[in-house]
Amino acid sequence: MSSSEPAVDDTLDTPFFLRWLTAAATSVSREATRLTDLDSAIGDADHGTNMQRGFAAVAEALEKEPPGSPGATLILAGRQLISKVGGASGPLYGTLLRRAGKALGDAEQITPQQLADALRAGVDAVAQLGGAAPGDKTMLDALLPAVEALGGATGSFAAAGEAAEKGALATVPMLARKGRASYLGERSVGHQDPGATSSALLIAALAEAAR
Amino acid sequence: MTDEGEKKLVGIVLVSHSAAVADSVAEMAKGLSGGGSAPVRAAGGTADGGFGTSPELIAEAAHAVDRGAGVAVLVDLGSAVLAVKALLAEGDELPEGTRLVDAPLVEGAVAALVTASTGADVDGVLQAASEAYDYRKV
Repeated sequence: MSSSEPAVDDTLDTPFFLRWLTAAATSVSREATRLTDLDSAIGDADHGTNMQRGFAAVAEALEKEPPGSPGATLILAGRQLISKVGGASGPLYGTLLRRAGKALGDAEQITPQQLADALRAGVDAVAQLGGAAPGDKTMLDALLPAVEALGGATGSFAAAGEAAEKGALATVPMLARKGRASYLGERSVGHQDPGATSSALLIAALAEAAR
Repeated sequence: MTDEGEKKLVGIVLVSHSAAVADSVAEMAKGLSGGGSAPVRAAGGTADGGFGTSPELIAEAAHAVDRGAGVAVLVDLGSAVLAVKALLAEGDELPEGTRLVDAPLVEGAVAALVTASTGADVDGVLQAASEAYDYRKV
């Protein structure tokens, strides 16, 4: 845990959330080709472009009408993702951010622990919406370890980022059980899940926002 | 329900990854239901004409067919299901009484439209559409 990481009693304000989502948009845009390449192996080869379009809309909306609280920031971003992404990742990421935003309410400042709890609520909503479980080779395989790490006693954004990255890599040998990749059966084995990969980017952006 | 005046009919929305599929199923359901009077709208493909689903098109279609008696939404694959579920979870995106129907798109659309046109309530429409699953073809 680096000294620039927020301590447990630090508070996170609206600018922190704007930095997080802006960093996520930059990172998704930078990695769009890689996400689409991963998706062309086991999906329909549009994850990178879809995510890039969605997060570009998020960045634009946040700039146009800057929200007044962390919760409102996440809700606005989630709404943009639901309407702009197209494909399953829109409703899933949209639900993740909206549900987390609702859990934060209208507090102007929140603690890292509150963020961890809100993200946990968002991840649970994603699991319910998609009907997926850990090990199904989905974004949950990156998100669940990340919220575990963030909510733990020594939780930090860096630890969450590492856990998400590790979780994304762990999808390589898995058999896809959800979405279009599941039609491929055994042929889905050996490919990293694009959704878990973009989830890892989203969590890594948290650490960037904290710097 | 049994008013002699203007009937509050259930609206039907058909969501497919393809605009052509959604449009055609809507046309076919209308044709096979004897030109039934219940409103039906297709919401196929993405807003820019590609394959996929668009929550914006879905919400638009749902409001267009809303006559105050609920809206039954039939869908095809994966992201169509997720898109509608996510809209429903938002709470205020779809007309009151909008329901996602667990039914095959084509067969369910015909059953839903015929039933809705009789003035059945949304539960009746859902049941008729989902019964399409019970008809085994082999």
